[in-house]
Amino acid sequence: MQIGPVLAALRHHKAGTLLIAAQIALTLAIVCNALFIVQARLARLSQPSGIDEASLLVIGNEWAGKPNADQMASLTAADLDTLRRVPGVANVYATNAYPLGNGGNVMGVGHSPEKLKYVTSAATYYSDENTLSTLGLKLVEGRNFRADEIGLLDGKGYMRPAVIIITRALAMQMFPHESAIGKPVYISASPSMVIGVVDRLRTPWVDNSMAKWADCSTLVPYRQLTPITHYVVRVQPGQLDEVRQHVRAALYAANRMRVISPKDGVRSFAQVREEAYRDDRGMAILMSGISVVLLLVTGAGIVGLSSFWVGQRRKQIGVRRALGATQHDILSYFLTENLLIAVAGVVMGGVLAIGLNLWLMKQFEMDRLGAGYVLAGVAALLLLGQAAVLAPALRASRVSPVEATRSV
Amino acid sequence: MLGYYFDLAIRSLKRSPGLTALMILIVGFGVAASMTSYSVFRAVSGDPIPWKSSRLFVPQIDMWGPKGRLDATNNNDPPDAMDYLDATALMRDHRGKYQSAMYRVSPSIVPPDAHMHPINVGGHAVYSEFFAMLDVPFKYGSAWAADSDAQRAAVVVINAKLNQKLFGGNNSVGKTLDIDGKDYRIVGVLDNWTPKPVYYDVVNTGGFTADQEDVFLPFTRAIDVDMQNDGNTNCSEIPKGSGFVGLQQSSCVWISYMVELDDKAAVSSYKNYLDGYFNDQKASGRFNWPLNNRLRDLPAWLESEHVVPSDTKISLVVALGLLIACLVNTAGLLLAKFLRRSSEIGVRRALGAPRMAIYTQFLVEAGTVGLTGGVLGLLLTWIGIHGISWVLPKEIASLARVDLNLLALTLAVAIIATMLAGLYPTFRASRVQPALQLKTN
Repeated sequence: MQIGPVLAALRHHKAGTLLIAAQIALTLAIVCNALFIVQARLARLSQPSGIDEASLLVIGNEWAGKPNADQMASLTAADLDTLRRVPGVANVYATNAYPLGNGGNVMGVGHSPEKLKYVTSAATYYSDENTLSTLGLKLVEGRNFRADEIGLLDGKGYMRPAVIIITRALAMQMFPHESAIGKPVYISASPSMVIGVVDRLRTPWVDNSMAKWADCSTLVPYRQLTPITHYVVRVQPGQLDEVRQHVRAALYAANRMRVISPKDGVRSFAQVREEAYRDDRGMAILMSGISVVLLLVTGAGIVGLSSFWVGQRRKQIGVRRALGATQHDILSYFLTENLLIAVAGVVMGGVLAIGLNLWLMKQFEMDRLGAGYVLAGVAALLLLGQAAVLAPALRASRVSPVEATRSV
Repeated sequence: MLGYYFDLAIRSLKRSPGLTALMILIVGFGVAASMTSYSVFRAVSGDPIPWKSSRLFVPQIDMWGPKGRLDATNNNDPPDAMDYLDATALMRDHRGKYQSAMYRVSPSIVPPDAHMHPINVGGHAVYSEFFAMLDVPFKYGSAWAADSDAQRAAVVVINAKLNQKLFGGNNSVGKTLDIDGKDYRIVGVLDNWTPKPVYYDVVNTGGFTADQEDVFLPFTRAIDVDMQNDGNTNCSEIPKGSGFVGLQQSSCVWISYMVELDDKAAVSSYKNYLDGYFNDQKASGRFNWPLNNRLRDLPAWLESEHVVPSDTKISLVVALGLLIACLVNTAGLLLAKFLRRSSEIGVRRALGAPRMAIYTQFLVEAGTVGLTGGVLGLLLTWIGIHGISWVLPKEIASLARVDLNLLALTLAVAIIATMLAGLYPTFRASRVQPALQLKTN
């Protein structure tokens, strides 16, 4: 196929050519960035929490009437006892926060008590000897808490844990070249000895701003005596729904001076996960939707304009056919024409896509767009262009040579 | 003449129904996508108290100094909340027209009806001037008097929704309410006041939150009964004392502060006061770093706190990109459509029609496509706004509204945008040489 005649013909349709190229460029720029956002959100969605999420229930409890610390200690102990006696409950512990729960404490963890010289931020989970088995955490080194190590933490009191369990990600940051077991870390004013390292445990937050230390968590041996407590319950396999229906009533029967929200007081971990990632999933759906609409619109636009060109050139096509051009020649003429325009479009679009990404990075702290996305987008748009032009081009190739002799 | 052109436009559009439908669909989708995201953006970026926002100010004091800047991106800004010491000192000095320190609380309430379970509520501990400062509307009763602040009185203002739940919406002023095990006298019921964002305390609420603001009680009282804060607490060092009292004695920041200053003189004198306060503290040895206070008005404050979620902005940018792509597309299709009628234009021009007439005729045609696309866009926008809660956070999506302004804007955007897209094709059409067209035919 000779490119020369195609270019010569395009020179007569500058405006239409430019519009299609611009359309392709814009589409490429937007679709690349939108799909990049989709990918980033989906990547977050699929990050493991590190816990065995099946058969877990989370109960949010708040004591009413402001009991004092001693009362809260015995109330919490009684609740744990009540929960253990609910048929189908395998294990339970009380805590301030849980992974993906979107609430909890952050502490700077470092090698000295000076808070402003911390190595990394880390989530703090108040735990007891049942935490590891309830959450299904994998201990890769060291040991679990013993029951006699669990302290009580009064209200907004400040903890000074003597022993601590940390995640592998945190251990790697604190002690990159050696085992963390037996080493002191500072999460409070006094040192805490690392007694165990768990494989992975996510923080309660999924925000982008906290993504850097998303796997840096600590377990500290405390039961916190604040009005709001969360109970994390492991249920025997297959009994999740049944236990879920009974726990609220069981707790109220034991003591009614409490608040367990009827709406989201008792949640399965599947619900916790779904709610934590709602915004990310929504954004992924929105961006995919816009990309699909945009590709459809661009495809439709190419079909429309190419059809017009074919209609406009019926006579010329007829002449070419009469002079010996085959159907295939005509078909490949239009495909080549589209390819040339599309190549010009994707070149502009590639630049535009990177420009848009740079702007988004500056405005919204997004990551850099990988070259793979632009290349994939280029391939997709070239294919879309060829597919869109195929029908008009086939129609053109079927123009009979006799058209040459007709006027108009 | 316009009516005639409109008639011509309809005929021309009917002649190629496929192309016309395509253009209308494209305009409709482009407009609907951008208007839906715009409506969400408008809802979250609007001024929550437009008649007064320029007179409300948030003071910031640099109580941590340069070593407390944990985040390199915040332009050397001092902490965005206050510690207890400074907040109460500013309240004591009382240099603004109205002012209030405040913190978020989340107490439990034992309903007067013995059959109801206790409930958890949200709210703020504030000073009495909070209500006058923010023009808070009351349905029954009023704010507590200023001396209730000093007396640490057990009084409470409740919101309409809680009043509905506990008292069936009746006037409950004078009744008592058990909050965290203590009795409070209800002095006022708000007239369903739910500002979005919660602009008076974005630090502790994040601005857009699904949490309710059910109760407001005196700051002094809440401190007195040890009602703990339910928001962000940021510390640069671990408090020495324990418990809530330890927090009050620490340099941890957890209190929001707002002050009303009615004119420029008041603003500059308050600024001087704030700087003077810092310098006094510095002289007494508390700080050893240079003055670095801020006094932002409400719009600037909301901007600096990034209250508008970035997802909303990204959606708007991408949707506007979609609209532009749709317009380029429509321009291409209109170009094809108009130039196909070169001979018709040639005849009109040969019969004496000036270029202006051709312009008018084709712009009317473009406008007709725009109008129809706009009507489709309206429908799709309506669907979009109702479906957006499916993809955007509920507390944000629920703020998007269809109103007359949005309807008018949607139609205007569709028509103007399509006519803009039609401008070049029309220009080309008006340049058609009559002689050439007549000859080839």
